[in-house]
Amino acid sequence: MTNTPEKPKPLVLVVDDYQDAREMYAEYLEFSGFRVAEAKNGQEALDKAFELVPDVILMDLSLPVMDGWEATRRLKGDSRTKGIPVVALTGHALKGHSEDANEAGCDAYVTKPCLPDALVDQVKKMIARREAASAR
Amino acid sequence: MASPAPLPPAEADPGARLVLAEHLLACESAVACARAVVEWLARRHGAPAACLGPGDGAAASVCLASEGLTVAQQASLTRAWDAPGSPLAAFRTRPGARGLAADALEGAVMPGGFFAVPLGRSGAPAAALLVVGLPGPTVPEDVAWVASSAGPLLARQLASDARGPRRPEPDRLLRRVINAVSDPVLLTDTEGTLLFANGRAEGLLVAGPDASPGRMRAVELNQRLFRETLAQGGTAVHRREVPLVDPLEGMDLLFELVTTPVLAPDGPSVVVSVLRNLTDLGRATQALGESYRQLRATEREARSERHRLDRVLDSVADPIILTDPTGGMVMMNDPAERLFALPREEGPSGEAHLRRVRANDALFASFLANLLGPVNAGVSRWKSQLTLDDPSTGAPVPMEAMANKVLGDGGELTGIVTVFHDRTEVLERARLLERVKEVSSELEARVQSATAELAEQNELLRRQAIQLEQASAAKSQFLANMSHEFRTPLNAILGYTNMLLQGVSGEMTPPQRRNLTRIDSNGRHLLEVINEILDITRIEAGRMPLHLSDFGIPELLQEVMAEMDPIIARSKLTVETQLDEGLPGVWSDRQKVKQIVLNLLSNALKFTHEGGVHVAVEYQNATGTVAISVKDTGIGIDVSNQEKIFEDFQQVDSSPTRAYGGTGLGLSICRRLAAMLGGRVSLLSAPGQGSTFTLHFPRRARRT
Repeated sequence: MTNTPEKPKPLVLVVDDYQDAREMYAEYLEFSGFRVAEAKNGQEALDKAFELVPDVILMDLSLPVMDGWEATRRLKGDSRTKGIPVVALTGHALKGHSEDANEAGCDAYVTKPCLPDALVDQVKKMIARREAASAR
Repeated sequence: MASPAPLPPAEADPGARLVLAEHLLACESAVACARAVVEWLARRHGAPAACLGPGDGAAASVCLASEGLTVAQQASLTRAWDAPGSPLAAFRTRPGARGLAADALEGAVMPGGFFAVPLGRSGAPAAALLVVGLPGPTVPEDVAWVASSAGPLLARQLASDARGPRRPEPDRLLRRVINAVSDPVLLTDTEGTLLFANGRAEGLLVAGPDASPGRMRAVELNQRLFRETLAQGGTAVHRREVPLVDPLEGMDLLFELVTTPVLAPDGPSVVVSVLRNLTDLGRATQALGESYRQLRATEREARSERHRLDRVLDSVADPIILTDPTGGMVMMNDPAERLFALPREEGPSGEAHLRRVRANDALFASFLANLLGPVNAGVSRWKSQLTLDDPSTGAPVPMEAMANKVLGDGGELTGIVTVFHDRTEVLERARLLERVKEVSSELEARVQSATAELAEQNELLRRQAIQLEQASAAKSQFLANMSHEFRTPLNAILGYTNMLLQGVSGEMTPPQRRNLTRIDSNGRHLLEVINEILDITRIEAGRMPLHLSDFGIPELLQEVMAEMDPIIARSKLTVETQLDEGLPGVWSDRQKVKQIVLNLLSNALKFTHEGGVHVAVEYQNATGTVAISVKDTGIGIDVSNQEKIFEDFQQVDSSPTRAYGGTGLGLSICRRLAAMLGGRVSLLSAPGQGSTFTLHFPRRARRT
């Protein structure tokens, strides 16, 4: 919807340790007109984020090496990446996860299972909000 | 009585004259004076004599005194004295005594001749005339002396007599004496005619002309009573009682009348009456009687008081003994007698009984000796513990003896009252108290040990609770992990199915699409089951807290309808909502209320094939409760199944081949959530009649 011809396609960093889910979301995002980068854990997510500076980061919270909360905290604590919207993804529906995620600095929170089209809607919402904010 | 004392013989002139002179000086009336003179002359010369003087007022002259002359002769003399121009009348103005012949008087009163001697002050007309029957001519010496010495005296007496009534009456002195007598004294003739009365007697028997009519009548009555009494006894000396009336007060008086007949020297006998007032005596007797009666009454009273006191003392259960200052027994009440008195008759216990009584007496005596001893002279009260023996049984009787000195008005010791108080009960009570204390301390010890045991049990329970909690937490964690493990693959399944159906991998043949759709719907069902299990797990693990807020039911209902809209549209059922007017805002957990209503509504849609669903909201002011009811026209539920459907994983048909989808967890969750809100879910249904599920919850939830 905000994808104008002169602008490059928005870059979405998908962080998930579960390959099937990661590739599923990546495939659907590419199908929906996004560029996609992938990371398997929190540390990799940080490295990719600093390197590529994506437009949106989809962050699974339960990750090996460094979990999603910690990774988000670091991203939000770094001037290079703190402006990037982070959408938390979790299979843990228990109360408390969303609060922790908000505390860590996540901009949105999505509970798995989350159908690819619903996720894409969420990503588009983030980009629109960011553009509205930078336009002001 | 009116006669003066007898005169001595007239041999010795100077002595006799002196006696007369003294006598005359003592005379208080002219009559007495005249009598003294007449008697003196008559005796000395053995001749008749008379003294004439003025009568009362202007009346004729009278014979003041006479000796040896009859009444007729006296009258003849007075007539001559009063007759103007008579030889005697000449003496009124002519001084000096002279002898006259017998014929000078008519009737030859003085046959041998006589002397007429005018008596009076010299130079003044004669006040009286002395007539002496002696032959003349020489005036005897005695006569001349008498005239000179008695004349002025008599004249003076006559002058003073003229101021008061004069009649034959006793001498003034005598009269005074008689007047001074406190008893009434009367002189009467034998018929009772009053001749003389002293002051007291006059008060009773004489009334002046100006006396009150009442007094008149009283005096008349008294005179009659007096005369009658006097007539009864004749003239002999006699004592009688005569009732009279007090003319002043009108009171009845009683007198003793003593009468003494007296023979007058010159006439008829008279009666002297002395009245003695017995009224006062009667009164005194009466008073004495009264006093005696009072004395008796007082005595009776005292006796009854004493009896009363005895009864009171006997009624006191505590023994009481009254002793005199030396310790001697004065009295004791019944309870004291039982302990201290020897039995009147030989009791069955006999010798032992006597011995015990004596022992008690000895104890009491030594107790009293303490109080009576010189050491305790200033002590008025003495208390001591004695252990007496019950005389009949020999059982020891612990007593507290309290002795009080009874002091007289002067502070002297008049007696000692000793009261005994049986301490058996007190001691028994103390013993019981001691026992109770023992038992209670025993009990306390037991309670303490029980408490300790309980505390131990509590600690054990607490540890077990912690263990249980930990186990529960572990279970919850396990379920949460399982849930995560379920979701992760399910996420991929649903995601890829969704992508395939969207044609991400190219268009599919209709059979492929149908199969993919089945994968999708089964995946979704599995997800639903997993979500509901997770809810129950969260509720049970206490990890679903209440989030209370203010919200309105209408808005909440709108939201529910919006979310359910696709399903409603698919169901082709009519869904109506009806809200009470003026529904208040509520304070509760909005999300939970919404979840329950969503669940009830989706159930209603699921189990209803035709007809509609009616959602109504009411507020019951009395209970402060909001009721949201969901009524359907569906298959309905048999009464026997109405409880079962609220249980976990239960539907009416739980068989694997059941016709309706769903986990069987929805109502179970609704009930749990309603309970968290302080409310409940009720059901009204019958098979084929549809069902009405109602959520009741308080308008203002209380945080539990």
